[in-house]
Amino acid sequence: MYLGRVVGSVWSTVKHPHITGCRMLVVQPLTPELRDTGKQLICADTTGAGAGELIYWVRGKEATFPFLPDEPPFDTTIVGIVDEVHGKRAEAAKAPAPVHRKAGARRGKG
Amino acid sequence: MILARVVGTVVATRKDPRLEGKKLLIIKPVSPDGKEESGYVVSVDTVGSGVGERVIAVAGSSARMAEGCKDVPIDNAIIGIIDEVHLD
Repeated sequence: MYLGRVVGSVWSTVKHPHITGCRMLVVQPLTPELRDTGKQLICADTTGAGAGELIYWVRGKEATFPFLPDEPPFDTTIVGIVDEVHGKRAEAAKAPAPVHRKAGARRGKG
Repeated sequence: MILARVVGTVVATRKDPRLEGKKLLIIKPVSPDGKEESGYVVSVDTVGSGVGERVIAVAGSSARMAEGCKDVPIDNAIIGIIDEVHLD
């Protein structure tokens, strides 16, 4: 499972009959520090996530499991909305990014 | 799933018998804001898309869940034609 942020949505009328009525959202994968990483992708949504929300998503055959007994052709699905991320590295992400700091200012080790 | 643009077709005479009657298209992945990304993929079309259209492509074993693709040796399928992408 991977962290991500919802950054948009996709509309499609001509599509596979099994996926009718399912929302598809554009997701930006994130690091544990909540920074963008990798390419944006399209995920099916089972949680009702909205724009800007922090979510986690699954990849692979498991992405069809939330729809059982149906087996729609999805390979990436949003399965949860994240309330909080704990841990030292996530805490460090709340601090401003290093590029905004003055030269010479030291940042606590995450 | 990824966004992609259909850029060509593939014709194959000698192939696995389970692939007979399947339309093969060459797709080029694109980012949601429309920029082309690296690489090309041969994908099985299940929705009747054509060259120049923006589509949704699914990869891996989930591709076999697409219409008429059960137990067919494929790992990429087109499952939708995109009307609109809305970025917040």
